[in-house]
Amino acid sequence: MHPILITIIQRLLLGLLTLFFVSIIIFSSIEFLPGDFTQAILGQAATEETVAAFRRELGLDQPAYIRYFDWIGAVLQGDFGSSFSGRNSSGVDRSRAVIDLVAPRLGNTLFLAGMAAIVSIPLSLILGITAALYRNSIYDRSVNALTLTTISFPEFFLAYLLILFFSSLWPVFPSLANVNIDTSLGERIYKCVLPALTLTLVIVAHMMRMTRAALINLLASPYIEMSQLKGISKAKVILRHALPNAWAPIATVIAFNLAYLVVGVVVVEVVFVYPGIGQLMVDSVTTRDIPVVQACVLIFATTYILLNLTADIIGIVTNPRLLHPK
Amino acid sequence: MSTERDKKGDILLEMKDIRVEGFSDERWHKIIKGIDLTLHRGQVMGLIGESGAGKSTLGLASMGFTKPGCKITSGSIFFDGQDLIKANDEEKRMLWGTKIAYVAQSAAASFNPAHRLLDQTVEASLNRNLQTKSVAEADARNLYEQLQLPDPNNIGDRYPHQVSGGQLQRMMTAMAMSPRPELIIFDEPTTALDVTTQVEVLVAMRNIVEKFNTAALYITHDLAVVAQMADVIKVLRYGHEVEEAKTREMLVSPKEDYTKSLWSVRSLEKPESPSDDFVISINNVDAAYLGGSKVLHNVNIDIPRGRTVAVVGESGSGKSTTARVITGLLQPITGSVYFNGEALPPALKDRSKEQLRRVQMIYQSADTAMNPRQTISEIVGRPLEFYHSLYGTQKQERILELLEMIELDESFYDRFPGELSGGQKQRVCIARALAADPEVIICDEVTSALDQIVQEGILQLLLRLQQEFNITYLFITHDIAVVQAISDEIVVMYQGAVVEQGLKSKIMSPPYPDYTKLLLKSVPEMDPNWLTNLVDKRD
Amino acid sequence: MKNHPIGYSAVAEVNRMRERRSQWQIVKLELSKAPYSAWFGIIVILAYFFVALFAPLLAPHGEAEIFTSSFAPWGGEHVFGTDQIGRDIFSRLIYGARNTIGIALATTLVSFAIGGSLGLVAAISGGWTDQILSRLVDVLMAIPGLIFALMLLTIFGSSILSLILIIAVLDSTRVFRLTRSVAISVVVMDYVEAAKLRGEKLAWIMRREILPNIMPPLIAEFGLRFSFVFLTIAALSFLGLGIQPPTADWGSMVRDNASMIQFAKYDLTAALTPMLPAGAIALLTVAVNFVVDWFLDKTSGIKDEH
Repeated sequence: MHPILITIIQRLLLGLLTLFFVSIIIFSSIEFLPGDFTQAILGQAATEETVAAFRRELGLDQPAYIRYFDWIGAVLQGDFGSSFSGRNSSGVDRSRAVIDLVAPRLGNTLFLAGMAAIVSIPLSLILGITAALYRNSIYDRSVNALTLTTISFPEFFLAYLLILFFSSLWPVFPSLANVNIDTSLGERIYKCVLPALTLTLVIVAHMMRMTRAALINLLASPYIEMSQLKGISKAKVILRHALPNAWAPIATVIAFNLAYLVVGVVVVEVVFVYPGIGQLMVDSVTTRDIPVVQACVLIFATTYILLNLTADIIGIVTNPRLLHPK
Repeated sequence: MSTERDKKGDILLEMKDIRVEGFSDERWHKIIKGIDLTLHRGQVMGLIGESGAGKSTLGLASMGFTKPGCKITSGSIFFDGQDLIKANDEEKRMLWGTKIAYVAQSAAASFNPAHRLLDQTVEASLNRNLQTKSVAEADARNLYEQLQLPDPNNIGDRYPHQVSGGQLQRMMTAMAMSPRPELIIFDEPTTALDVTTQVEVLVAMRNIVEKFNTAALYITHDLAVVAQMADVIKVLRYGHEVEEAKTREMLVSPKEDYTKSLWSVRSLEKPESPSDDFVISINNVDAAYLGGSKVLHNVNIDIPRGRTVAVVGESGSGKSTTARVITGLLQPITGSVYFNGEALPPALKDRSKEQLRRVQMIYQSADTAMNPRQTISEIVGRPLEFYHSLYGTQKQERILELLEMIELDESFYDRFPGELSGGQKQRVCIARALAADPEVIICDEVTSALDQIVQEGILQLLLRLQQEFNITYLFITHDIAVVQAISDEIVVMYQGAVVEQGLKSKIMSPPYPDYTKLLLKSVPEMDPNWLTNLVDKRD
Repeated sequence: MKNHPIGYSAVAEVNRMRERRSQWQIVKLELSKAPYSAWFGIIVILAYFFVALFAPLLAPHGEAEIFTSSFAPWGGEHVFGTDQIGRDIFSRLIYGARNTIGIALATTLVSFAIGGSLGLVAAISGGWTDQILSRLVDVLMAIPGLIFALMLLTIFGSSILSLILIIAVLDSTRVFRLTRSVAISVVVMDYVEAAKLRGEKLAWIMRREILPNIMPPLIAEFGLRFSFVFLTIAALSFLGLGIQPPTADWGSMVRDNASMIQFAKYDLTAALTPMLPAGAIALLTVAVNFVVDWFLDKTSGIKDEH
């Protein structure tokens, strides 16, 4: 088999293994809850029988490893169990399936993140590359200082600044991004402008700095100096000599920042009251609705791992040493 | 040959009063302090000097180029009548790669890993439309053949990581030669290579430069190498020119003291004295690094007391691994090390303090062998505390005694390593080893990072200490001149096995086993005819 | 044996002597050359720490003292008005400095204690210890930090102690990686091998040979980690899951007063009220980042070129 395939398969297996351990960590979170948490969820008035029935439903009478395999098996089929909320002490169960809570909101979050990514990825690559090329110029220094300031701002500070200017003082965009299934695409985009802009500002700053650093590192390679000394023009040095070796670092930067986007989305969704998975998670943490929290964490972690995996594989595929083995 | 050649052409490169400064530690430092250089067409000039002499900077400056963070502050550079100081980037770019080419020290890092070698070889020619692609490629294959690269018709289809270091270095010469430049700058092109590989590369480079009558600046710190390559030699020191002369004249009668001192180490020679009283015996040792294949195969070495045993071999020969087995850093798979007839525990952690004390080690790079955050007294004092439980004034007095032994005064007592020169650092490392009162000191390439004149001082110190304290040295080196200077016995290693062991006089004279012969023959000598004779003998 | 070469003496051997300076002199020299951004950062940080230390003396009112008028306007007795239940915003901003910075600092210290020591152990011991610790850290880092923290807070609740411990443990993974990688670059140095060959104990090697040599990157990392932790805690508090009332804290102050932004058209100062704590957070992180940026630039300076 071609060594590159072997390396990719190894990397995929490692990703799966990481996912397996992560799922164990997420699953075992329920083990650390205080013993009487079922009582707390159902309320003080719950009878012993209702509590016992609830515990049975959760499978708490079975050993942990059996419950893990039941849980992960169900998760793989898209069943994350049912929410803790909506249950009451009388034993009436109005709880909803976690998947029904999560699925529509996941779509919303992906829409918002996608909007931010479409703008921020090209923008930050252009800024990063130009800053690296014109290193130490006024342009580089000012972009550098500006982005250093932006990455130091908490997301909610940027969000409220935008709301203050573009929603309160000069009301052009709404400060509430309350979309639902019936919202048309145009309105959806309109309502998402401020949250997406907030995310874009944060991501562009991080990504531009990382792109710049990766490129400067690359341009310091002896073979770049060699190509200069061969009389190759600056544009050709970049296109022929730097770019073919830049895919791996750039892919890493993009993956890292998309992963960052996924996290940043939590705070931004809360500020703009956007019905995404981040806000769902925050609400569920407040009400200690473990099944929903577990589902959210699993989704976030999987996205994160997949992004890094993709970056690594791009790095492997574009590595000449692996492409052309000895 | 050389007299013929330096009449050959008119002036190609003329540099006058060149000054270059570099920026570090928040200020500008002078690197080149006013040097003149004149090079004729077809002439090869050797730029020789020790580290910090500014030879690489001068070489690059001849192209009108400086590394980032450096600048040419004054002087004039005329190449082929064109003023390179006044020339803008675009005009200089038109010369680079076509009229002037550069061959760097590290071939592995200087080739772009993403492109085939052939594409990179012809890139400069195609860039200027000097030749059509097919003509340039055919010419490149021709150059590969002349440079004696294997499979010249297909080797260009490979990627840089797919060929060896020596091949890559010749490949870079082909790349430089492809547009038929008038000047090539060779910047320490063979420094990273083993001696046996170096010979092949030197021959190839010299022939091709001669064939196309290309002028060259050959930058190196190795006198013997430059003697083979250059028509004229310019000696540099601390950014100044020391002297310039035709190669033969300079070898026979150097004018300046500094130039003479560069020769002197080669004349140091210790008379050998045999002994059968072995302090260390390595018996049938096989060893491997964790998860790797075997690097030592049935190694047997006997080290006589109070003598110096030199272990010679190229990189990968297992000489440093042997030292690691003796010190216990690497446990052998089979076999053992005997000290005064007693087997040493194979692992470092099982050895007693007393066993550890008796064998001390000195490293190649004194920079990394001393903690930069400790003072000299802390560095030398620690073994005194640790092995001999000396504290307070007793320790202090002993440290001063040791400093005196290594010819340094008390002003060094509370300095930090960063404030010492390379040779002084290596002396402190010797003092640290002496502080333990060892019976054996393992010296791992201790002089190879040092300039010639400093090397001699260190070697003389080691010889004196051996006479005074009857210390045994195991001296790992690849430098035959150092072997001559210090050893009683020699061990030749190749690919993890001992080729032979014996008295210096026996090893250094025929009949040789094949490898020893190759190794000894490959070490460049000061004789400018050495390379020519070597090639003639082969044909 | 031959004599020394002409005019040679070891003592007189030429070297690039650096001028001998005390630590304090070096600090003064560096400061005098520091760019404006670094100066700005240093002054801001000192001011914040001053406020945090002397909060009770500087604040006009108590941290949790409730007045009759809620959402009082700026000026008069309450410089920045009062919040939704009538607490003095200015006083709470001052106390907030103490609480928010204090907790972030404590968290960063714990995170360095855990990550730093384990990173050193992994670097020196190598082998299985290193493998196990590194793989464990890989797995922990596969879950995004804020998300992981949210999950753990669900389980352990939002007390200050659990907040500090949870964030410290999660953040220590990054400290571990950095410490391990810089320590490994020191561990391969010959002087560490020399100490091992001498028979020195692990603890001695760690303390005397390695730690002094990895301090500069660790100090820079401390600044970076501090601002990261600080932002994480602020974000959690903002989400209502961090520092709990009535303890004054900037993140929750933003959350509590956020609705006032809607009144910008009628009373700009009211709209600025939630921006004050948010700006306070931003200013400190900017300051720390400026100082770290300068420090990194100093310690990774361009090497001498020959």
